[in-house]
Amino acid sequence: MENNIIIDLRNITVAYGDNTVLKNLNLSIHDREFITLLGPSGCGKTTTLRIIGGFIEPDEGEIFFEGKKTNGVPPHKRQVNTIFQRYALFPHLNVYENVAFGLRLRHLPEKEIKETVREMLELVNLKGFERRHISSLSGGQQQRVAIARALAVKPRVLLLDEPLGALDLKLRKDMQIELKNIQQRLGITFIYVTHDQEEALSMSDTIVVMDNGLIQQIGSPQDIYNEPSNAFVADFIGESNIVDGVMLRDYCCRFSGQTFECLDTGFAENEQVDVVVRPEDVDVVPVEKGMLRGEVTSVTFKGVHFEIIVDIGGFKWMIQSTDYQAVGDKIGLYIEPDAIHIMKKSEYSGMFGDYSSFSEEYEELSIAEEPEEEDEEQEEDL
Amino acid sequence: MKGLSRVYTALVFIFLYAPIAVLLLYSFNSSTSTIVFHGFSLHWYKTLFADRATLRALYNTLLLAVCSSVIATVLGTAASVGIEKFRKSALRTSIMATTNIPMMNPEIVTGVSMMLLFVFIGRALSIDSVLGFGTLLIAHVTFNLPYVILTVLPKLRQTDKNLAEAAMDLGCRPVSAFFKVVFPAITPGIITGMIMAFTLSLDDFIISYFTSGPGFQTLPIAIFSMTKKRVKPDMYALSALIFVSILILLILYNIAQQKSEEKSNKKI
Repeated sequence: MENNIIIDLRNITVAYGDNTVLKNLNLSIHDREFITLLGPSGCGKTTTLRIIGGFIEPDEGEIFFEGKKTNGVPPHKRQVNTIFQRYALFPHLNVYENVAFGLRLRHLPEKEIKETVREMLELVNLKGFERRHISSLSGGQQQRVAIARALAVKPRVLLLDEPLGALDLKLRKDMQIELKNIQQRLGITFIYVTHDQEEALSMSDTIVVMDNGLIQQIGSPQDIYNEPSNAFVADFIGESNIVDGVMLRDYCCRFSGQTFECLDTGFAENEQVDVVVRPEDVDVVPVEKGMLRGEVTSVTFKGVHFEIIVDIGGFKWMIQSTDYQAVGDKIGLYIEPDAIHIMKKSEYSGMFGDYSSFSEEYEELSIAEEPEEEDEEQEEDL
Repeated sequence: MKGLSRVYTALVFIFLYAPIAVLLLYSFNSSTSTIVFHGFSLHWYKTLFADRATLRALYNTLLLAVCSSVIATVLGTAASVGIEKFRKSALRTSIMATTNIPMMNPEIVTGVSMMLLFVFIGRALSIDSVLGFGTLLIAHVTFNLPYVILTVLPKLRQTDKNLAEAAMDLGCRPVSAFFKVVFPAITPGIITGMIMAFTLSLDDFIISYFTSGPGFQTLPIAIFSMTKKRVKPDMYALSALIFVSILILLILYNIAQQKSEEKSNKKI
């Protein structure tokens, strides 16, 4: 990654009445980077995007675009373009005219417009759709038109606000790959907003995890997954067991009544910490060989593996294993030193990582509600 | 049961359209009788087009209807855009309530109160005859406005909130973004509102009665003043003409709507 910063947000604060949406946010975005703002609804990610697009002015703080301050510059004068959540295609124009919209505003010669539109429709695999009406397109095709329309004006930065949220799973996977390809081919910066952690992990160069108007962690997908900075990040990205622990000394910690070897250093002696263990990093062993012992309370078949909930001294652990265990079985758990990740205590400690209230249905419900809430966030913005 | 429902339907249509049929028929009657049809003649149509006062009133009515509906449409559309921007529901509700007052209010109250206001201002500015085209226009715009807002607002709500933003994002100035992308999306609502305002203005009697002066009479007022003597069959001719023109207008509008629907259906 080159070290030239294209967009710099400094000390950005946005509040609607008493509701502070962004709190003193600092973020530097590099040129040609695929950066994802990831977080639950209401975390401020869409607001951040709209500040970069120029649709919201921050109450405090500065925005720099290539070193030039862009506070107060209206959207039509910014070198960034947005893909909106519901595409916002112009329904009275056909595909060709939608893509040509930005070019016509620049008073380019008709020949050049024609050439660019053709090029863009080819880029998004919509050749031959020029005369089609917007309402006759499927969701995926509309998405492609929106991408072509935004890219036609050759932005330096493309902002994408949950662009794949309305598509079904299969199409979403295909579009993820396609978007990443487009970004790499054109070599422009993508700023991508999503609440889907899997999407963020598979597409991004850099992930910015946000909650409650604050950046929780910035890092590569691997960093974010393997070295979460606090309980919120650990829980939001993938599944994790988060237990209270004590760092006895470097490379040695104690939790769930046992002492473990680990790879973490730099904590004070006997410092209270949060310990993260990913479900796939735990090995199931016969009970007498286990570092921890517990009783299986539920087993769910997931296709690739079984999701096993184990009660260890009252704390419910989630374990992913390809071997079936029956409910009620006593099993032992074996944890490698590199499977243990130690985090400093934070305001999120104790809020996440226990699967005692775990329920599949509940999880799905909360995901289904999310787009609605996002709507409200947007409306507030207007 | 089926027979009964047919009879019922037939009755409904008879009550709705029989009076108009009779009117059309008697506008071609050769005598003044309203009871006996003496023979087919265009006599009353000739009389009508020779009657300068009535034609003048017709012209006034059309002028007023066109002006007031156009002004109400422009103001109403602008107001709808503004109201749609309000997110705070309490403020929005109170604005809508205020907007709807001219529609809910009995016409007589609106009429009398407007007359009072106009006369008061006329006195204050020491204008002798303040009532006339100007006051009628203000009154008609006032009662047309809520109907325009009520047809434009739902259309506006249906359109994607991000449309204007998307246009600006691509390099449009805010005002031209509205005209380039939002306006086309709400045009059907605007046209419906305008037609509604036009027809409401065309046949308004009560409010016009209070806010017009001797110098400017509209058709409904002219006809009403005739009823004090006797309505001659040339008024049947006039009513017949108005009815037929509005019928044609409605049919054309429906055809246009059908066509645009077919167009968008075909594309799907």
